[in-house]
Amino acid sequence: MTEPTIYELSSPGRVGVRYPQPDVPLAELPQDLVRKDLPLPELSELNVIRHFMHLSHLNYSIDSGFYPLGSCTMKYNPKINEEMARLPGFAYTHPLQPIETVQGNLALMYELQEYLKEITGFDAVTLQPAAGAQGEFTGVMIIRAYHKSRGDTKRTKILVPDSAHGTNPATSAMSGYEVVHIPSDSRGNVDIEALRTTCDDTVAGLMLTNPNTLGLFEEQVVEVNRIVHEAGGLVYGDGANLNALLGIARPADLGFDIMHINLHKTFSTPHGGGGPGSGPVAVKGAFKEFLPGPIVEVLEEGDEELPPVFGFYQPTQSIGRVKAFHGHFGMMVRAYTYISVHGADGLRKVSEYAVLNANYLLARIRGTYKVPYDRICKHEFVVEGVWDDAPGVHALDVAKRLMDYNFHPPTNYFPLIVREALMIEPTETETKQTLDRFADVMLKIAEEAHQQPELLREAPHSTPIGRLDEVKAAKELVLCCWLPEQVKN
Amino acid sequence: MYTPHTDSEREEMLKVIGVPSIESLFEDVPAEYRFPRLNLPEPLTEMEVAAQLQELASINETTRDLICFLGAGAYNHYVPAAVDAILRRGEFYTAYTPYQPEVSQGTLQAIFEYQSLIANLTGMDASNASHYDGATATAEAAVLAYHHFRGKRTRFVVSPSVNPQYRAVLRTYMNGYENLEVIGDDTNHPFATVEDLLPLVDPNTALVVVQYPDFFGRVQDLTGFAQKVHEAGALLAVVVNPLALALFKSPGEMGADIACGEGQPLGIPLSYGGPYLGIFATKKDYVRKMAGRLVGETTDKEGRRGYVLTLTAREQHIRREKATSNICTNQGLMALAATVYMSLLGKTGLRQVAELCYHKAHYTAQQINQIPGFEVDLKAPFFHEFVVKCPDSVEEINEYLLDNGILGGYDLGNDYPHLKNHMLLAVTEMNTREDIEILCEALKEYSHD
Amino acid sequence: MNVPPNLKYAKTDEWVKVEGNIAIIGVSDYAQSQLSDIVYFEFKVDPGDTVTKDQSVATLESVKAAADVNAPVSGKVVELNQSLTDQFEVINSDPYGAAWMMKIEMSDAAELDALMDAAAYEAYCQERGH
Repeated sequence: MTEPTIYELSSPGRVGVRYPQPDVPLAELPQDLVRKDLPLPELSELNVIRHFMHLSHLNYSIDSGFYPLGSCTMKYNPKINEEMARLPGFAYTHPLQPIETVQGNLALMYELQEYLKEITGFDAVTLQPAAGAQGEFTGVMIIRAYHKSRGDTKRTKILVPDSAHGTNPATSAMSGYEVVHIPSDSRGNVDIEALRTTCDDTVAGLMLTNPNTLGLFEEQVVEVNRIVHEAGGLVYGDGANLNALLGIARPADLGFDIMHINLHKTFSTPHGGGGPGSGPVAVKGAFKEFLPGPIVEVLEEGDEELPPVFGFYQPTQSIGRVKAFHGHFGMMVRAYTYISVHGADGLRKVSEYAVLNANYLLARIRGTYKVPYDRICKHEFVVEGVWDDAPGVHALDVAKRLMDYNFHPPTNYFPLIVREALMIEPTETETKQTLDRFADVMLKIAEEAHQQPELLREAPHSTPIGRLDEVKAAKELVLCCWLPEQVKN
Repeated sequence: MYTPHTDSEREEMLKVIGVPSIESLFEDVPAEYRFPRLNLPEPLTEMEVAAQLQELASINETTRDLICFLGAGAYNHYVPAAVDAILRRGEFYTAYTPYQPEVSQGTLQAIFEYQSLIANLTGMDASNASHYDGATATAEAAVLAYHHFRGKRTRFVVSPSVNPQYRAVLRTYMNGYENLEVIGDDTNHPFATVEDLLPLVDPNTALVVVQYPDFFGRVQDLTGFAQKVHEAGALLAVVVNPLALALFKSPGEMGADIACGEGQPLGIPLSYGGPYLGIFATKKDYVRKMAGRLVGETTDKEGRRGYVLTLTAREQHIRREKATSNICTNQGLMALAATVYMSLLGKTGLRQVAELCYHKAHYTAQQINQIPGFEVDLKAPFFHEFVVKCPDSVEEINEYLLDNGILGGYDLGNDYPHLKNHMLLAVTEMNTREDIEILCEALKEYSHD
Repeated sequence: MNVPPNLKYAKTDEWVKVEGNIAIIGVSDYAQSQLSDIVYFEFKVDPGDTVTKDQSVATLESVKAAADVNAPVSGKVVELNQSLTDQFEVINSDPYGAAWMMKIEMSDAAELDALMDAAAYEAYCQERGH
């Protein structure tokens, strides 16, 4: 079942696509600079189509099955979004075209900025960051710029809950901050006493995810944010879990100052096998001028006859560009389309049913799986994938066995504060039938773990390939089809 | 609207959970902030949203409506139909990051092939699974160099002929580190050669960054320069246009340590600036220091060949605050686009496209150089972009060209104080001879008026 | 689990062999078994560098985890076992012998008193489970 690589399928002299002959006189080529050999494969168009079709058959995807990956929000990716992003009027515009030729693009970006402001309660938005992690970097650099502008150089720390996603401390470190971890309490909330003790004038800010990575709403979120503000710090919201809050609560109302939004989670833009994402950043008015530019604004108001004229403005104390051009416009079109078909009521329904689905699944498997923080969850929840009376079986084995039942495993080993964690996020686009089937399988696997553990330990049995030797991959480090000499160290 | 629940299903589920209503699932949300009324437009059906967006899109003028000679980091190339046919497979675009390799071999093998193609094209030993774009890839080269020298070398020398947006992003990223200097890109001397940078390369220099072809389209042999940079103990990063590498010597061959750049020319539509593709490849000494995802080859228990994400312990989800970069996503689907594009064109096709760009650009440059008032330096070798010295402001000339259905070049006065009235013009395989002649006619008419 | 009696041990699982004023350091058998197959090793200091106690001086990576090697004592780095950068497997197979990592000329030998002896370290490992 191994599909050959394009190099193995190559045959010298094959051409996949032909181009016209030059219709201009040939210019001289600088011979000392011209490349002598180009070691690329040669395939026909049918070769290429078949090869990638075969590869596609080896993949699991949302279109083929349930994908309960916690913190990733694997909801259905609507096909209309794909059509709209491909409209020639959008797809063939160059980012540096004069603004009068791209008023359609600018209108869409402006409206999307306005929608995101309305949904989150913030006052200004940049659409530039390419992904959530880049949004976080933008946000933390804004915190840094803000304190610097006040002449405050004492603040060297960023507080991060111990349940946080790895990007939070990584972002803080690459922005020049020291990371201080805040423990969680027995209910899964940020430990308020620990926060109170740690919050002083050396703290630049707190990075908080709400609902947190346990899928739980921070029960004292307003107080947490107040404590940080009182100490002179800012609160950065990691928006990865926004799918639980649409029309339910606005992060700005809860006291957040800055947050990033993942269009590829909450707003249905597709994950693409690992990207592209899009990570707009929203801020309260006080921080608007620190945003990366350019930002779309109205240059001239419209009236009954003429639409507004849109253009760009450059924030006056900007932290600087974080990527070239304007951001992932193609993903903006998709998110805009998604919000347009939902409206306010539709978005609220998204969060209500995301939370309903998660709680339903939790109710069905609670008891068989240990739930370390057992209360009404939001859009996701975490269980332990291990039993004291089923020795030798780990969360990894449960995950691998799920694949034999045609389910993608949930997120494994995260958050770190739960041992052998399985983080399950069904999303709102799944039916009760799918959830029931998944719950039934989870219960069956728990039974197998006790009675036939080797089924789990050697799983998966029915996928195109079995468990792979990751140690060998890391040691031998073969990263190319043609192995260059001495890549292996 | 994509939530499938019926009323009776909802009621059944609430019963199993043991709560009376959906609202009761949100009691932990502070009452005064719960259920805000969002002021958004009324929802549209699919049919209505399609009409609305079609209308918005049609307000624009595109590179299909206008004859495009605009480049400056994003290029108008032909994307063969087969590329999108693959990209629209739900198995590829609705899949997640391949953390469970047993059900993700499609994605993993495609990325492995992408890594191979990029390594070959750039002449490097290994490539990662991509960064967000050319600008962030360049910034990541600086981050790699910083960590390679453990923060002991604090100077970063950057040529002024590196894309202005890339230099800006590099500075934004380096702001997170203490006491660094990013120097060398004096925009008052835009046409400085790379050799002009050498006096700045001292024992405290971590990295030198140059672009090839540079922002002005010029190409030169960097082999001797690379040697000098290495003599000072610094690393060399070369920012590339991958299409140019089908025609010209690779950075690997010339001695670069890192090759980074923008992969948009490889089968990715212009799409008003994104999503694009950040290329990042290095010599073997730096492979383990690369940020971003890496796919490696291995076998399963039965000895079947397969692919996995490897060296993941470097990444943020494990190293956390000790990771050298926070990057999580790559540009998965865009890397797939580039892989399909390069597979379709192959050795012959890619070279053919590069040559078409080269010859058409040179013809255009020669023709424009003959128009009174316009001047092009034809002496230095270039790929498919060149600088035109104009008799008036670029803005005025472009307005005139736009009235004639032409999208003119980039105004270099935006970034280089002494280059007002200088336009950066790009020519690709999409420009026919007729297009070029229309451009030249328009410029001739302009210079008469 | 191997805990040689003549060495001293840090809470972060490094071992120290004292030879006069020089501390030779490495990671313990417990550490390498927790990490399992090591796939990467990198020094974070150069000979001649001054290090302070608990400072991270090297990085170890296995497939699932990354760990820092922390200096158990302060002083000046006088020698690195460079072969470990390529032959990191030896950290798993011979953690106390061929996998010695570096030699530090101690600035304050009294810091050794804060380290555990073999018996205390063995008990500490049992407590954590292995």
